[in-house]
Amino acid sequence: MIEAHLPALQIVLPLVAAPLCVVLRDARAAWALTLLISWAALAIAIALLVKVLATGPITYELGNWLAPWGIEFRIDGVNAFILVIVSAIGAIVLPYAYASVKAEIDEERIYLFYCMYLLTLTGLLGIVITGDAFNIFVFLEISSLSTYVLVSLGRDRRAMTAAYQYLIMGTIGATFILIGIGLLYMMTGTLNLADLAKRVPPIAESRTVLAAFGFITVGTSLKLALFPLHQWLPNAYAYAPSTVSAFLAGTATKVSLYILIRFIFTVFGASFAFDVLPLDIVLPVLAVLAMFVASTVAIFQQDIKRMLAYSSIAQIGYMILGISFASVTGVAAGLLHIFNHALMKGGLFLALGCVMLRLGSVQIEDMRGLGQRMPVTMAAFVVGALSLIGIPLTAGFISKWYLVLAALEKGQWYFAVLIVLSSLLAVIYMWRVIEAVYFQPVPNTDAARNAREAPLSMLVPLWILIGANVYFGVETSGSLGVARRAAAMLLGAGS
Amino acid sequence: MSVTLLLALALTVPLVGAVLIAMSHRKPNQRETVTLVTAVALFSIVAALTTRVLAGERPYLELLDILPGIPLAFRIEPLGMMFALVASFLWIVNSIYSIGYMRGNKEKHQTRFYVCFAVALWATMGVAFSANLLSLFVFYEALTISTYPLVTHHGDEKAVRGGRTYLGILLTTSIGVMLPAIILTAYLVGTLDFKVGGIMAGKVSDQMGGLLLFLFMYGTGKAALMPIHRWLPAAMVAPTPVSALLHAVAVVKAGVFVVVKLIVYTFGIGYLSKLTNAEWLLYVAGATILIASIIALRSDNLKRRLAYSTVSQLSYVIMAAAILVPISAMGAAIHIAAHAFGKITLFFAAGSIYTAAHKTEVSQLDGIGRRMPWTMGAFAIGALSMIGVPPTAGFISKWYILLGALDAQATAAIVVIVLSTILNAAYFLPVVYAAFFKKPPEGDAHNHGEAPLAIVIALTITASGTIVLFFLPDVPLALARSMVGLGG
Repeated sequence: MIEAHLPALQIVLPLVAAPLCVVLRDARAAWALTLLISWAALAIAIALLVKVLATGPITYELGNWLAPWGIEFRIDGVNAFILVIVSAIGAIVLPYAYASVKAEIDEERIYLFYCMYLLTLTGLLGIVITGDAFNIFVFLEISSLSTYVLVSLGRDRRAMTAAYQYLIMGTIGATFILIGIGLLYMMTGTLNLADLAKRVPPIAESRTVLAAFGFITVGTSLKLALFPLHQWLPNAYAYAPSTVSAFLAGTATKVSLYILIRFIFTVFGASFAFDVLPLDIVLPVLAVLAMFVASTVAIFQQDIKRMLAYSSIAQIGYMILGISFASVTGVAAGLLHIFNHALMKGGLFLALGCVMLRLGSVQIEDMRGLGQRMPVTMAAFVVGALSLIGIPLTAGFISKWYLVLAALEKGQWYFAVLIVLSSLLAVIYMWRVIEAVYFQPVPNTDAARNAREAPLSMLVPLWILIGANVYFGVETSGSLGVARRAAAMLLGAGS
Repeated sequence: MSVTLLLALALTVPLVGAVLIAMSHRKPNQRETVTLVTAVALFSIVAALTTRVLAGERPYLELLDILPGIPLAFRIEPLGMMFALVASFLWIVNSIYSIGYMRGNKEKHQTRFYVCFAVALWATMGVAFSANLLSLFVFYEALTISTYPLVTHHGDEKAVRGGRTYLGILLTTSIGVMLPAIILTAYLVGTLDFKVGGIMAGKVSDQMGGLLLFLFMYGTGKAALMPIHRWLPAAMVAPTPVSALLHAVAVVKAGVFVVVKLIVYTFGIGYLSKLTNAEWLLYVAGATILIASIIALRSDNLKRRLAYSTVSQLSYVIMAAAILVPISAMGAAIHIAAHAFGKITLFFAAGSIYTAAHKTEVSQLDGIGRRMPWTMGAFAIGALSMIGVPPTAGFISKWYILLGALDAQATAAIVVIVLSTILNAAYFLPVVYAAFFKKPPEGDAHNHGEAPLAIVIALTITASGTIVLFFLPDVPLALARSMVGLGG
């Protein structure tokens, strides 16, 4: 009985728990409740993925209103995969959050943090699970608004301006998406994605649909921080509380990317986007620019959280590049990198959270000599760095392998060269940190001299994510199999 | 014991050793005992494997699929067997030497040193036994990363700078050039397995084959083909035992091992000899031999001179393989072993001089042979092997390479061998002469004798090994023969 309602529970649980946090008011109780809910969300997401893999797509009519009139949740191989990524990052980050949040946020505001966190989770999961275009917008707003609050809770006063910047850019993006959806509704009279997929292609050449496509593509590109629409991201990641940076790096941009994938492949169709419209040129060019410009900027950052933020922009370039190949291998590489990047960047941000806790700073000059003081944390950072660079036996290597393979399959060897070259930039910016941490003398400050290892409650989640980098670099049949099936489905359904 | 189990043991013993060494952090004697025991255990296992491989067995071990159809797998063939045998034997000697050197020079972070060493040897075994290109790449990278802390051991500005060059060149070439070549091979051929006769014939066009050869040769940074050799002199900032075992044996030999392995088992000698655009490799290797020798001639720093000598000797192996006849390929394989013994002896001697007399420059060595007869005697033997004078191992490999060059009528290769022999003599013999026959400079107050016993023992063993290999070359010869398919 309850099994049939799993799709609804995925959203309802965190949504209901969010106001409960406000009722509880106590920091510890709010944390315990959030922990419970995020673990339940992960369990549900895994159950859904297993079911989808076994029996095919699941549809769920909210309140028994039949689609296309009612709101429909539709779960297939693609969004089941993303649901697991989002909820898994949430579930791993939360045990970690306890100590980190306590140190970075005022005691009396902590329950608000967890309330907002749950709302963000609700929004993100909602975007992914729903089969209704307007519903996507609603959940997008839920997640965005709560994310602005989360970012602004950062201890640094610059978090306020970062949140404000994010708010403005995010709102423009969301508005664009809304306009696009509105135009589609005007033309087809439906908001259901599956229904849109049937009705859009016959009228695809009309100017209104073209405009809708433009609005949606630009809007999602803003939300997913595609170069050059990324300006909001570095500040938001750098000044948000550490837990939030880790959570957002693994989830928020990924979910926006999912919206783009969904609209391109399911609603408009790959041939419309890449053959009729010039996305096959626009996306790769922007992706390559992101890979190089953002990586180069990352090399010159002094704030390591900010450096990782720029690295994220570059990594989003890889995902976009994979998707823009519009081949099974390419899209699978993009989807796989969504997953693998969530693991590596989540892990790296968690490591920096440990540093923030003990050092109160993540400036490179303050982190000098930290390898001796926090060996467990910094060892995790090194493994995460190796994964980001793409050393074999890490998840990053598998992503890179498939991206290069996809480029070769397409006969576009120059992209293979560019992928490889840009990943060498990652060697440079990550190795700067490793040299500082292991080879430079400890600065003469109290914080640096007294730094000690982070508490176990933070180290265990950190190492779970870092360990996952190694696990999914060795045992790839799971992640790769799901990504390949999802890609095949997207392309089969799209054309 | 089953042969697969032996193979599995060879790949786990060094790692277990590394863990035990780390656990003996506070007890130096226990730590060094563990290192020695691990080294001896590894060598016994590898020796046991050698008898099996010589008997014609080809043990195979498959762990898991990293990518669909491309597993992490190991298969021992004669070339890898030889590489593993040499590396694991010299690890024992080098461990004895390390104990003398590290204690004699009161080095810091000795536990980290021994742990990284064990991990590097583990990676070396992995490289030697890999059954396909992807597994090979995994261990190739592991070798780079595990030796990085050894290169930067001193932790000062100079060491970090050297480490940056080291890692920069090795990672750039492997990720930037070799990995794309591997992916391209997987895409074109559909398999990455090492097979006798190669996998490319009939599947890869001549043009692509030429491109792949270029990518693979310049992707294997560890083989130090010019102009990507600069990491090797940069790595000389490391303590001498590291330069001796890793940058004269394990790491650089991993490089040329990969080159020979690719030529024999991936491209296939037959495929390459039909390729019209593969000849350049012979010339580039020949040029590297000569240019590196000239730089060595002009270097006053002893370790730098040895490093450039290594660059030149590595290209001997590459050139020998690039002649593309079975007999020179045999020469390439034997040279991996012969050069290892000779060069490690030379480095041991350099470290011995540094420990006892704190001298690093060639020009300071006048008359030192009288104070350190064992050290300089060993140095002389190592030098003779580099030049290729009997009765040393270097003569045998050079003999086979020359035979191959004559066989293929590769005039350029013959000229290079003759010229480089003269150059080798020109930069090694004066050192020996000065050490024994020149008078020590006036006012040399350093009143030192021989280096610590452990060091003397180690360099005596390797120097004798260099001579023993000349008289008893059966094992390497048999392995080399069976590699090129002339029967074991």
